Amino acid sequence: MTPLPVPTTGPSQEPRSFRHPGPPTGSADASSGTVRRAPVIQGTVIADRVYRLTLVFFALCIPALLLLIFVVVGSAGWPALHHFGFSFLTSSAWDPVNGLFGAAPAIVGTVLTSVIALVVATPLALGGAIFLSEFSPSWLRQPLSFLVDLLAAVPSVVYGVWGMFFFLPLLRTSVMPFLRDTLHLGATPFFSGPIYGPSVLAAGLILAIMVLPYIAAVSREVLVAVPRSQREAALALGATRWETIAGAVIPYARTGIIGGVILGLGRALGETMAVTMLIGNRHELSASLLAPGYTMASLIANEFTEATTDLHKATLMAVGFVLFVMTLVVNAIARLLVRRVSEVRV
Amino acid sequence: MSAAQELARAPEPARSGSVEVERFNFWYGATQALFDIDLSIPPSAVTALIGPSGCGKSTFLRSINRLNELIPGAHGSGEIRLDGENIYERGMDVVTLRQRVGMVFQRWNPFPKSIYDNVAYGPRINVRPKRADLDAIVESALRRAALWDEVRDRLRDSALTLSGGQQQRLCIARALANEPEVLLLDEPASALDPIATQKIEELIYELKRELTIVIVTHNLQQAARISDRTAFFYLGKLVEVGETQRLFTSPRGDQTEAYITGRFG
Repeated sequence: MTPLPVPTTGPSQEPRSFRHPGPPTGSADASSGTVRRAPVIQGTVIADRVYRLTLVFFALCIPALLLLIFVVVGSAGWPALHHFGFSFLTSSAWDPVNGLFGAAPAIVGTVLTSVIALVVATPLALGGAIFLSEFSPSWLRQPLSFLVDLLAAVPSVVYGVWGMFFFLPLLRTSVMPFLRDTLHLGATPFFSGPIYGPSVLAAGLILAIMVLPYIAAVSREVLVAVPRSQREAALALGATRWETIAGAVIPYARTGIIGGVILGLGRALGETMAVTMLIGNRHELSASLLAPGYTMASLIANEFTEATTDLHKATLMAVGFVLFVMTLVVNAIARLLVRRVSEVRV
Repeated sequence: MSAAQELARAPEPARSGSVEVERFNFWYGATQALFDIDLSIPPSAVTALIGPSGCGKSTFLRSINRLNELIPGAHGSGEIRLDGENIYERGMDVVTLRQRVGMVFQRWNPFPKSIYDNVAYGPRINVRPKRADLDAIVESALRRAALWDEVRDRLRDSALTLSGGQQQRLCIARALANEPEVLLLDEPASALDPIATQKIEELIYELKRELTIVIVTHNLQQAARISDRTAFFYLGKLVEVGETQRLFTSPRGDQTEAYITGRFG
């Protein structure tokens, strides 16, 4: 038997294989050289074990926390889910006095604002990322990247305040009339109706500004990480700079870019403060993006202090539960998508 | 331009693929990498560039399709003429130049796309052929790269499912699909096993009938096996150039002899 442990042995076998190799008298005899080594090795093994167990504990904390949130929110919301059944997801009733609740407007509002945010932010962010990684002169790259990152560090409530005092008036006086009247989009149900200012559109646009730095930062990183050999391959085939970016660089970075977009989506789904300040907080299903609406996060934030009945409280927890599940599902789908895209590469 | 020059240019031996280098210098910023290179690269032959690492042979190779220009601060002087036309002339279209001068790199770099799309990449961006024509171009390029029989049934599979040697031949096919006059090979087999290397070498031997081949190699036996002419670079200078057999059997320069006998490099 060799004094060295076989690399594949488990932690429980390691100490044994260390104890065996010495001379038979070894383990207790303090005068023997081989024996003096034994306690040290023993100590290392124990330290290794402690280290390993500590890390396992930390690693398990994360899913445990997730499970805990899932169970607590789910059980707190259970009375409402049980009481209303499936109609909780489809009804748009919201009558705390008579105890009638439905989450449909908030669910639809959450999805709509997030979709608007991604549709507006993704091209902007990608354009910025491409400029920064491919075209920007090097003296501009650092400060510009820093500013983009800074955009992500602005607190949500600051976006909200800025949105109320600057962004909403701008939307009300120019952008919305332009969309509805000048472009005649008012003929479609999506841009019809009176202009208030606070609306699904406003919330979606402020979300777009908020998720933009996430998508831009991730996209920039993955674009920079595309190997030079890929660019050279395209250039050596007679591709122009633009053809190189569109045909070689972006396809290579596609997985990472999708990841950045999903990160932005995760933020958009759960964002509360700025949305609450800009969406108008009205419990109604409307096709028009110019009409006020609600999101799940802003609904919970707004009503929690006013929820007096048990059913009302349970309803808000149930809304939180639905939001939680929705976020999980979106992330799971995103994971699958990313894996499928990257499998093509392997 | 005078009428005589006009006439001299008109019946140009169209796209023969000869490369004439005259007093060519190259700098990376303030560091000079190439010194006064004079070299004539004949068409329909293999020219090998040998020399120790950092001697400028790769820099020189990349000067022929102006791929070095991507590095900030890199610039050259002197002339490199492709079929008599100075490629460093103002107004030279780099995109067209790179279609005429294909390149294959040391580390194979297929795009993460299908085999078909890899080969079709060049034609698609340059000549935009019709679908049926494109099929023919792809097949012909793969045949010329001796890869067709191995991939004909799996053209839609990812290029990255191929073995290393196959991927390198795919990169050669990708370059050939542009119908280049000159093919630059930067140590194309240095990361391949002996069998894959042999296939690449056989391929180079076949291809030299149709185009000018310039190959950088660290493998002296390889240079001796496949090239017609060999140029020895040392410290950014072209030390000696000649028929491969002559250069390897009776080198004129002391440095050349020292290098090919393995005393340095």
